[in-house]
Formats: sequence, C-alpha cells, structure tokens
Amino acid sequence: MPETAPATAPLIHARGLRKCFGAFTAVDGVDFDVAPGEAFGFLGPNGAGKTSTMRMIGTVSPVTSGTLTVFGLDPARHGAKIRTRLGVVPQADTLDNELSVLENLLIYGRYFDLSWAESRRRAIELLEFVQLTDRANDKVEPLSGGMKRRLVIARSLINEPSLLLLDEPTTGLDPQARHLLWDRLYRLKQRGVTLCLTTHYMDEAEQLCDRLVVMDRAKIVAEGSPRQLIEKYVTKEVLELRFPRAEGEADDSAHLDGQLDGLAERIEQLPDRVLVYTADGEAAVATAFERGLRPASVLVRRSTLEDVFLRLTGRSLIE
Amino acid sequence: MLALRTYRPLPLTRPARIVQRNMLVYRHSFMVIFSGFFEPLFYLFSMGFGVGALIGNVPLGNGSSVSYAVFIAPALLASSSMNGAIYETSNNFFYKLKHAKIYDAIIATPMSLTDVARGEVMWALMRGSLYAVGFIVVVAVLGLAGLGLLTSPLGLLAFPAAMVVGYAFAGAGMAATTFVRQWRDFDYMQLAIMPMFLFSGTFYPIDAYPPALQAFVQCTPLYRGVHLIRALTTGTPDATLLIDLAYLIALGSIGLAITSRRLGKLLQS
Repeated sequence: MPETAPATAPLIHARGLRKCFGAFTAVDGVDFDVAPGEAFGFLGPNGAGKTSTMRMIGTVSPVTSGTLTVFGLDPARHGAKIRTRLGVVPQADTLDNELSVLENLLIYGRYFDLSWAESRRRAIELLEFVQLTDRANDKVEPLSGGMKRRLVIARSLINEPSLLLLDEPTTGLDPQARHLLWDRLYRLKQRGVTLCLTTHYMDEAEQLCDRLVVMDRAKIVAEGSPRQLIEKYVTKEVLELRFPRAEGEADDSAHLDGQLDGLAERIEQLPDRVLVYTADGEAAVATAFERGLRPASVLVRRSTLEDVFLRLTGRSLIE
Repeated sequence: MLALRTYRPLPLTRPARIVQRNMLVYRHSFMVIFSGFFEPLFYLFSMGFGVGALIGNVPLGNGSSVSYAVFIAPALLASSSMNGAIYETSNNFFYKLKHAKIYDAIIATPMSLTDVARGEVMWALMRGSLYAVGFIVVVAVLGLAGLGLLTSPLGLLAFPAAMVVGYAFAGAGMAATTFVRQWRDFDYMQLAIMPMFLFSGTFYPIDAYPPALQAFVQCTPLYRGVHLIRALTTGTPDATLLIDLAYLIALGSIGLAITSRRLGKLLQS
C-alpha cells in the first residue's frame, strides 16, 4: 500500500460500513467520503450511530464489515500510523485529572513521540489558542465545562493533525462557550485542518459544516450541504402556529380537524404546535386568518436542518 | 501533506511514556511513594528480632541453620515486591482504567495497548524496586552493625531477584484487575494475597505441612519468590532456582499478554 495518497483522494472513505455489537447494529452500511480541507458533519439524534462511526474512523473500534480507509490506510492494519495524523475530541472529556492543565498537554505530546521541548512549545502555543494560558498550572477538575472542552481541543491539536474528529464538541455547553468553541474550530478550518464532527444540534451543523449526512437509526438518510438539504427536503419558510388547548384534548391542535387542509404543500402537526411548510409564510398566515383560525401565537421563520430531520424521520432531533 | 512518517520507536520507548505520566502525577505528592517502604521493615523488626529472640535458629534445607531474622528477611523482601506490584496494578490501575479513564485518551494516540500494559508494569517495577533497594540498604546497614543478615555475597543478587518477583506479580495483578468490575471485587484479590503472605514459607519452613499441602504451596508464586531470594541471601543456591525464575518470568509475561488482550476488549469495542 502506498504511504502517500494523492491530494485529491478522500481523507476518509467508507463504503457499506457496518458496526454490530452482538445482535445490535449500530451502523448499518453507510457510504461517505470526506475530502481534504472540508468540514464534514454527522447530524442525528442520540443513538443514530454517529459515535460508533467516529470510533471506527479513530481506529479505536474494529469495523464489523464494509470498507473504511483513513488517509488511504486500513485502520485494522495501520492504526498507530493513522492516529499519528489524527486529532480526537471524544464525547466525554477524558482529561487526566491527576495532572495540571499544562501537564495534560505535555504528556499527550509525549504519547505522540514529541520531545519534551517540542511538546512544551506547542502546549504553550495551544493554551494561548484556546485562551487557557492563565490556567496552565491549575488542576483540571475545577475548570468549567467550556474550559475542559477547550483543553480537550488543545490536546487534540498537539500532534498538528491534518484531520480532527469531534464527537459532539459542544453538547452541554452554554451559548457563550459554544460560540467561542465554534470560533476556534472555524479558525482551524481556515488553516486547512479537515474537520469531521457529529452533532445533534442543527445550528451547530449549519454553522460549521460544508457538507453533512443526516443519520437516523444506524443509516444515512440524506447527504448534502446545509443549504442543499433545506432546499431539497423543506420549503424556504416555516410558519409555526400554536393554538390554545380545547377542553379534554390531549393535543393543542387536535380540534382543528381539516381546517388547515390545503393551506400549504405540507403540514406537520406536533403535540404543541403546527408547522406549515410554505414558500411564503406571511401569505399562509393571511389565509389562515381568512379561514377563521385564531392561533395563540404565530411565527414565520427560515427553515432549518431541524425541519429537514423532521421531514426525513418524522421525529425531532432532540427529544 | 499526507506523507505519513514511519517512526519505529525502541520496544520500551513508548511504554516509558506511561512511566513519565505517573512520575508527573507523583511529582505533586511524592511522599506517598515512601509509604510502602516501612511495612517490610516493621515486620523485620517485630518478627525477625522480636519474635526471633524466642525462636532461636531455623534449619535450612541443606543442614545448616540461620537466625530467625536472617530466615525471614529475604521472605519479607519478596513479599514487599509482591505488595508493591499488586498495589500499583490493582487499585491504582483500576482507578486509571475505569474511573479516570485515562487510557481512553491514550489509545487515540500512537500508543498501543501493549505499550500501556508494559508501561504500567515498568512503573510498578520501579516503585517496587525503590522499596527493595530501601530494604536491602537497611539490611546491609544492620549487617555492618554486626547483625549479619546478609550471609552471602550472592545476596547482592537479591535485588534483581526482587525485580523478577515484582514482574510476576505486576503482570498477574494487572491481568486480574482487568476482570474486576467494582471496587469490592478487590477483596477477593486480598483473599489470595494475604494467605500467600502468611503461608508461603515466609515465616517458617514449609516442612511443617503434610506433603500434599507442601506440593500445593510450592506452586504458588510467592513461595517461588521467597525460595529464590532466600537461596541467594543465605548462599544456598541450587538448580531449582531456575524453576523459580522460569515460573516467575512466565507468570509476568502471561499476565501482560492477557492484560493487552483484555484492554482491547474493554477499550476498543
């Protein structure tokens, strides 16, 4: 096998990739390619098979069947070689709590065969990059969730990886911490680092991903850029209507039977609201009022990947 | 950009990084390391000199006899190697494996599971050898003071022999720990360690047992370690030391191999 892949070859290449745990199939024959320099995402709810896919790419989980190459290499045979060029941000923080912030980076560089001096040079630079310089000698434990996440990202960069795997990088973080993290990831992308991430936040996928696949129940159900997916599967705008709950009814909108028919090409009745998919939200509002409907609240908004997911699977991303 | 360096480290280069990691941890609290230093000395003073004064000499297999302190000193050295190795590879290793989950992060680097297992054994051995050196130094000083605990120049080999004992128990202890599911399972491990410490010819010759029991005790690793070190410090070596060595090295190596496999199951599902 050649050690150098041509620049146009995908960094990650998967065909019919499967992962089974006993009788349970976590990943059921997925196909995808990740090109150098792109930000690629796996969007899907918990349990869709995203983490299992990432672990296979990270060479820490054996492939059950199908083809997977990373940097053109087979993870089963060249695991260590692949990991040399890989940065991994796992879902759980896995920091070394017995070491200080700086020491976490120093020793991690050693695991990548860096000299102490080189490891220290990069560690200091990376602490600057993730804005943790003033916490360098602190213990890891008392850091906030956002700081720990940033430290994990710094740690994943110590070997200057050309491919960064991020498994739900911002889950559990407050909005401010998320935006800081997104900013750092965006800068990495500008430096030419290929990003491969999983998320169940549609806004994160829209912010970060050039291209993504939507995963549901171990399968890929759609693929494209965020814009393409929205154009293909949903309308430009969504009208959200909420109705006061009628006596003795389980759903707020259950009493509407048929009054919304024909208002738009597609209408989704959720327990707490009605989604009307339409090219012109304001026009749909007018029509609704003409028909005598009196919703408690009206919201016209741009369609999101959340709507794409709902359309494809009939369920919300975060349940 | 994608040219992948082919870096071939020496066999112990990467395991040594685990040792370095542990040294960083203990840099913050290195006094803890010395806790294991005193236990064998306390035994030596209380049993060897205290109880020993009541006992008189103990016959060795070859017809000669030695003072009780001389008899138990090598056994205490073997036991402290065992305890040091077991302590590091049971509780400490389990904490890192299941609670701190530090290996989950390490396996995302070029380090292999075998590197991890070897590194932790190296560390356990280093910690154990610190105790062995301390113990031997105290024994040598007492010897200079006229107590004559070391009766043979072969006694100098007690140190490498203690390392071999440490290796055996580090490998075996680590392999056992990979099967532990919760902290209280370690009670079972103590259930094996404690009787081995008391009954493996540590405090009295195993001639005291009926033949069947003697044969059984001779199959335990601590007996082999005690037998090995005692033959060296009392200057009574024979060919059976090769059995001790082969047994202990095999136990450590099999333990290491099992550990690598089990870590694969636990960390790379």
